[in-house]
Amino acid sequence: MNILVCISQVPDTTTKITFSENNTKFNENGVQFIINPYDEYALTRAIEIKEKLGGKVTVINVGKSSTEPNLRKALAIGADEAIRVDAEPADAYYVAFQVAQHAKGFDMILCGKESIDHNGGLVPSMIGELLGIPSINVAVKLDIEGNTAIMEHELDGGKEIIECPMPFVAGCQKPICEPRIPNMRGIMTAKNKPLLKKEPVSVETLTHVTEFLLPKPKESCRMIIPDEAEKLIDILQNEVKVI
Amino acid sequence: MHKDRFTAPDYYQLDELFTSEQILIRNTARDWVKAHISPIIEKAAQDAVFPKHIIPELGKLGAFGPTIPPEYGGGGLDYTSYGLIMQELERGDSGIRSTASVQGSLVMFPIYKYGSEEQKRKYLPKLASGEWMGCFGLTEPDYGSDPGSMKTHFEDKGSYYLLNGAKMWISNAPFAEVAVVWAKDENGKIKGLIVERGMEGFTTPETHGKWSLRASATGELVFDNVKVPKENLFPNASGLRGPLGCLDQARYGIAWGAVGAAMDCYDSALRYSQERIQFSKPIASFQLTQKKLSEMITEITKAQLLCWRLGNLKNEGRASTQQVSLAKRNNVAMALDIAREARQIHGAMGITGDYPIMRHMMNLESVITYEGTHDIHLLITGEHITGVSAFR
Ligand SMILES: Cc1cc2nc3c(=O)[nH]c(=O)nc-3n(C[C@H](O)[C@H](O)[C@H](O)COP(=O)(O)OP(=O)(O)OC[C@H]3O[C@@H](n4cnc5c(N)ncnc54)[C@H](O)[C@@H]3O)c2cc1C
Repeated sequence: MNILVCISQVPDTTTKITFSENNTKFNENGVQFIINPYDEYALTRAIEIKEKLGGKVTVINVGKSSTEPNLRKALAIGADEAIRVDAEPADAYYVAFQVAQHAKGFDMILCGKESIDHNGGLVPSMIGELLGIPSINVAVKLDIEGNTAIMEHELDGGKEIIECPMPFVAGCQKPICEPRIPNMRGIMTAKNKPLLKKEPVSVETLTHVTEFLLPKPKESCRMIIPDEAEKLIDILQNEVKVI
Repeated sequence: MHKDRFTAPDYYQLDELFTSEQILIRNTARDWVKAHISPIIEKAAQDAVFPKHIIPELGKLGAFGPTIPPEYGGGGLDYTSYGLIMQELERGDSGIRSTASVQGSLVMFPIYKYGSEEQKRKYLPKLASGEWMGCFGLTEPDYGSDPGSMKTHFEDKGSYYLLNGAKMWISNAPFAEVAVVWAKDENGKIKGLIVERGMEGFTTPETHGKWSLRASATGELVFDNVKVPKENLFPNASGLRGPLGCLDQARYGIAWGAVGAAMDCYDSALRYSQERIQFSKPIASFQLTQKKLSEMITEITKAQLLCWRLGNLKNEGRASTQQVSLAKRNNVAMALDIAREARQIHGAMGITGDYPIMRHMMNLESVITYEGTHDIHLLITGEHITGVSAFR
């Protein structure tokens, strides 16, 4: 099994989000970047499949050199090789286009269902379209039987079992696997695994961000005891006016 | 315990001083502690049981003997990385760090440093994976700070050594398969022997009733005419320098570990002070609370810098016993002070197991005593700077 896993890096989940340049840029000052948690599902599942069926796991990232520590982490977790396309990940189409250049010849391309920064969820399907192969987003279970991938896709109130031939693209989500923490030996062997830098191909971005806005701060919670149900009705009717 | 919301303080951007590999190692250990230690440690400490099920996990992580070369099952890491692992383990709990320190610095290190090639091949890989656990027997009921006067001894009986005596306060003793034991030969010279569980006359009763390091098992080693095979003697250790060489290694890890405990106490106190409202304000807004927090972050930052420098000296093979001793003493005392102040900031909550503070504080009472008491370390520095020994 020759597997490609797309890895993006995102701000650590505890980051205090601020913007600069008139709310058009995310302020990266002092921010810790981690592997997108959904991509960790894709990576771990890829490694599990490799361990069972043999093969190779390659990780790919579109990003500047600051993403290399996270690619090394992916290698430490168990990927065999890393590719970094040396460019700012401008938008989903740009990233998918760059990935597609390196995605031929793989049996499957696994991504996270979305990245937890922009939450676009677009890249997996775009890669599928660009390569003309099936794409499934979101897969919560993925098994390989012969030349067929069997995936579980959650629907509102139910699920769908999907079969598709290889190659294909899937966006992964819990509980597809239990993401792995690397270990010291993996970190040491990762030092000697190949991390290839590739130049981007030129392609127009399709979107650009005009402004970022923060959500309104959460209002503090008010507790109303069960005996005072009328008070709750009153607040809902007259104060917040939702009923 | 509440959900582990730990975020590490780095007031002086010291992360920039570490390599990206060291950061990955540290973050890996940090994630591991959040996943494997935080959810179980409070109950383990309350119940005073060592959580044995984490041994294979610690082995898989690579926490046993990280600096031992890979050919013997170790990680081949540098000393800064080793220190960062100890920092993170102790951030979880000093007892867990103690277990790893004993295994790596006090059992694997002497086998690697003083052992024969056969001993290294036989023991190190199994100790690295956690298949076997080890303990280190130096302290005796009547000889703590003065181990040179130990009574445990062995005689050459031709085809074996006959070992007699007893050790006390030995971490990991109750379940260890292997004990590195320091004992005197017929000439009164201190030598190291590897004693294995199952040897006739060797028992390891557990020490109960501890208020400290409750999630780490402590016990005695009792040797009643134990026949130790001759190949179990370390060929390359003679005199007190043997065990003291091991202590340098372990004290180095403790210097880092204590920073972990201090960071956890500070982090918890800072968050609590921002969330706890009294007199209609977060208690963080009171000057006396701010003084406590400011002093804490100052001391943590100094200790972090001390560790970073000591790590570099150690990587270059230049860290002296006295430099390691100073860092152990300073950082443990610093952590204990911070634990006490953090406890006060948490008010009554601080005495419960909902927060890690009281556990760290009680643990640190052992850490300030073992591997050389605080006062003995003062005397080590005193001897070094004045040229006069106050304890010999
Ligand atoms: C939880 C725990 C785990 C331990 N694990 C291990 C282990 O794995 N292996 C092992 O070998 N040991 C272990 N120890 C033992 C530890 O190393 C000793 O407790 C320590 O060396 C101190 O010895 P002591 O307790 O006999 O105190 P003592 O030496 O009796 O000291 C008592 C007090 O007297 C002071 N004192 C002693 N001599 C002097 C002096 N010359 N000048 C000034 N003050 C002095 C000390 O500073 C101390 O305050 C452990 C201890 C604990 C608590």
